[in-house]
Amino acid sequence: MSGVLQPTALQQSGEGGDKMALKHKATVMDEKTMQQALRRIAHEIVEHNRGTESVVLIGIRKRGAPLAERLQAYLNEIEDFEIPLGILDITLYRDDLTQRQDQPEVHTTDVPFDLTDKHVVVVDDVLFTGRTVRAAMDALIDLGRPAGIQLAVLIDRGHRELPIRADYVGKNVPSSRSELVEVKVKEIDQADQVDILEKVKE
Amino acid sequence: MQTLRRKDILGLEEISAEEINLILETARSMREIMQRKIKKVPTLRGRSVLNLFYEPSTRTKASFELAQKYMSADSVSVAGTSSSLVKGETLKDTVRNVEIMGIECVIMRHPVSGSSHYLAKNVEASVINAGDGMHEHPTQGLLDMFTIWEKKGRLEKLKIAIVGDIRHSRVARSNLWGLQKMGAEVVVVGPPTLMPPDLAVFGVKHFVDIEEAVENADVVMALRLQKERQESGLFPSMREYAELYGVTAQRITRAKDDLLIMHPGPINRGIEISSELADSPQSVVLEQAASGVAIRMALLYLLLGGIKE
Repeated sequence: MSGVLQPTALQQSGEGGDKMALKHKATVMDEKTMQQALRRIAHEIVEHNRGTESVVLIGIRKRGAPLAERLQAYLNEIEDFEIPLGILDITLYRDDLTQRQDQPEVHTTDVPFDLTDKHVVVVDDVLFTGRTVRAAMDALIDLGRPAGIQLAVLIDRGHRELPIRADYVGKNVPSSRSELVEVKVKEIDQADQVDILEKVKE
Repeated sequence: MQTLRRKDILGLEEISAEEINLILETARSMREIMQRKIKKVPTLRGRSVLNLFYEPSTRTKASFELAQKYMSADSVSVAGTSSSLVKGETLKDTVRNVEIMGIECVIMRHPVSGSSHYLAKNVEASVINAGDGMHEHPTQGLLDMFTIWEKKGRLEKLKIAIVGDIRHSRVARSNLWGLQKMGAEVVVVGPPTLMPPDLAVFGVKHFVDIEEAVENADVVMALRLQKERQESGLFPSMREYAELYGVTAQRITRAKDDLLIMHPGPINRGIEISSELADSPQSVVLEQAASGVAIRMALLYLLLGGIKE
């Protein structure tokens, strides 16, 4: 679940009739620290899987996809081997489709290889309630029978609603539920930065 | 635009280019699901759909039913001849009764033009028109556009010749509305007696000579000669019709080299299209059938996938 989708919905609806605005609270990651975090995760993936032979990367749309691409490049530097990369759209597996006013747009899932017996590393930007990851696991299992599924996230902000944890974390960011974690990546947002935004009444 | 803000899909006359774009984009994502080993997503779990077919159908009905299954919706299908229609129950009563059983979407094919509009006004469920008389067949129009869009990468500025019995064809009407909204140039070909009296509202050029009409065309769409809807005297005989208006390899030499041949099916081989052409590499008749499932999955998602306002 990416940070930037939420403010839009919030600003439209507001809460209790009051107009809500978002105030910048802190920057927790910049270009350099993001790069360091991803490099470290790449090394951890190699170590944990004793190489990358049966590892495949699956980026969750939207911001998990470019992050997975970067991990693929770093892994290629370490192991000199291009590991397969797929992109997953989890819209059709969401558990809140019948509760949302704004219908999410469906995008294409592009996993051009068989997942059976692979060690799948799912990549996303923010781990929050865990519901996106639950949806992603359901989607993956419809595509094949992986040997195992691991989870890599850039930010873990806590507040899990499901028994899910990440195997690789770029940074733990303790946050309150009323805050928003906004991840920006160059490929989509023209900058590499992670901010915490606070909801305030206007 | 993210959402299709409407309850029903009744015709392409009232749908905007923006909405058509959203439907085509969504269908492209659905197409990927059809290529998986496990062709099923849980999206419409617990949603119920009724397929109500008062006219025979193979492709459309199978395609809607598969789309419902792939999206995990529950569905029941009722055929006209086995339903209470033959006992004199009105359409409104039939659907109100199944609606109370929990149906949220009705797919209907009916011999009377305008019947799906009537139904949509009288029930809360979403209505998708699967062909109403000689009026429209919007899902066919959309799947035809999707097939062309996937093959050519665009619809804008393409030249499309629709050949045959335009007068009785709901497929032609839906395509005429839809394709022109998407910026394609459409021409129609056929005997003047098989042109609709209101052809002028579409603003398309009518040709009687196929060879002239297909000059530089990107797509030739042959229509089925609807034997069941012919009043006598519109054309002398099937044989004569085939000789003058049948789409054959010799008649389309002036079209572009990468011409696509389309037909909504079922084909009367040797009448509106030669058998050889229907099976040629240029023919996308089978792709059209596959596109149909993707388009219908997309529509089910867009109509049933969120909260109704």
